[in-house]
Amino acid sequence: MSSALVYALTGAALFVLGMAGLILQPHLLRKILAFNIMGSGIFLMLVGVAQRAGTPDPVPQAMVLTGIVVAIAATALALALARQLLDMNGEMRLPEEKTGKDRLDV
Amino acid sequence: MFDPMPWLILSPLIWATLAFVHGPGRGGRLAVACLILQLSLAAILAQQVIAGGVRMYAVGGWGAPLGIDLMADGLSTVMLLLTQTIVLPLAFYARAYFVGHANSLRYFWPLTGYLLAAMNALFLSSDVFNIYVTLELLGLAAVGLVALVGGAGPITAAMRYLLATLLGSSAYLLGVALLYGVYGSVSLVALKPLIAADAPATVSLAAALMLLGLMLKTALFPFHFWLPPAHGGAPAPVSALLSALVIKASFYLILRLWFDLFAPIVSITAAQLLGALGAGAILWGSFLALRQTHLKMLVAYSTVAQVGYLFLLFPLATGMSAEVAESAWQGGVLQVVAHGLAKAAMFAAAGAMITATGRDEISGIAGVATRIPLTLFAFALAGVTIMGLPPSGGFAAKWLLLGAALASEQWWWIVVMVVGGLLSAAYVFKVLRQAFLPVEETASFQLLPRMLEWPILLLALASLVLGLVGIEVLSLLGAA
Repeated sequence: MSSALVYALTGAALFVLGMAGLILQPHLLRKILAFNIMGSGIFLMLVGVAQRAGTPDPVPQAMVLTGIVVAIAATALALALARQLLDMNGEMRLPEEKTGKDRLDV
Repeated sequence: MFDPMPWLILSPLIWATLAFVHGPGRGGRLAVACLILQLSLAAILAQQVIAGGVRMYAVGGWGAPLGIDLMADGLSTVMLLLTQTIVLPLAFYARAYFVGHANSLRYFWPLTGYLLAAMNALFLSSDVFNIYVTLELLGLAAVGLVALVGGAGPITAAMRYLLATLLGSSAYLLGVALLYGVYGSVSLVALKPLIAADAPATVSLAAALMLLGLMLKTALFPFHFWLPPAHGGAPAPVSALLSALVIKASFYLILRLWFDLFAPIVSITAAQLLGALGAGAILWGSFLALRQTHLKMLVAYSTVAQVGYLFLLFPLATGMSAEVAESAWQGGVLQVVAHGLAKAAMFAAAGAMITATGRDEISGIAGVATRIPLTLFAFALAGVTIMGLPPSGGFAAKWLLLGAALASEQWWWIVVMVVGGLLSAAYVFKVLRQAFLPVEETASFQLLPRMLEWPILLLALASLVLGLVGIEVLSLLGAA
């Protein structure tokens, strides 16, 4: 097994774990952490897969740096919104919708 | 030769930052001035594209692969023109609207500017990673706009929207990572021949991830759960921006990927699946729109339904003869333009009616017909486009789609389109009927400033006139 494949598989596993957490965990803080795990999985994959004959490729490293900045901005916004929800509802989770997914009678 | 491309991105960045520095609620006048400038820039770009075909611009003199290339072809120019055309009247509308809603104004102008910069950059991007960055910027600005008013409802909607949009762009980015892993490039121009020459299974996985992520961001049924509360709960100018433009940005990318980058590997089965989801969106969205009791929620579910029409383009244009595909493709793009103009007008009109009556239920708008006839007229005109009646742009779009369905003998899409049209007529008339009901003299009624009403009429008229000048739009589309 080449090192690129190890990186790719670990990245894919992290991505799937993070996605499951983002969808299934009700607590907002856990959702936000799950999003970051998902991001780490993608970054690992970008850096790991793009090794050309053992020499690292600088382009995906620059992409990962950009991706980290974007992820930080998104995390900050998510945390700010989660905190406002905590102040208003007293808990860090999204309130249940009134009647399932689509509100028939609001 | 003067190149308008970088300025289309820089101008909104500059006015948004100045508006932010000026402080809450400031910057409207500057925004309007710069938007007029941007509209002329987009028109200049359109002329250049018609005259000389696809245009490239290397940012800072550093071209790909080291730097970033901007690219403008027919489709991106149509989207740029549409964006500036919709935002300019909405800016006038927003200035009048926020006079009475100062509390929700705070950071409207900076966020709108950043939203616009991200959107213009997205339409001009020529590599899949740059597209990811602009997509994420667009999402963050849009979430900020949804949360503008504060309060439990909008903040919850914003949070839901943020989580959905992050999930969507993460899936997209994973697809980009896989593409880079296989080909070692992210440029659309460089990737296209590589994919055509040899596409291993990894590329199909990448395509599926990118398209799924974008479908979530476009709110295609069954991924539409986040849209109605986010679009229905935001202040009216924001709802109009989000429904008319933001979801179209991710749809534009689906078009680009499907017909350009992944054209060699897309299958008829996948196209039929997208069409089936579109049909589901049309029927389910229209049905739910009909069941709503709040005016803006009705308009928001109507967006869910109209997004469905866009996805009928894929089964009609994939694997069919060139003529049928051309007709479907033109119809799809016209539907993007027509729905953008009409939905902006509809949300703006809904906001004006709610401001005038002080109530947001549909039952509360009785008497609107006699008090603010201009706004109701604009709402009805936009409704004509949504229903797809001649001579509107919506009619031209649906006519082309119907023609393609007939020519390719896929009658089931015709049934969906006709039923969808009837359902949309039902929900538009539900509002109109209520507006014509008499109202007791004692009901309080706020007079609307002229600047709140005229931009709505302008947008609605544009969506109607599109049916007559659609051929010009299509010639621009074919220029590249």
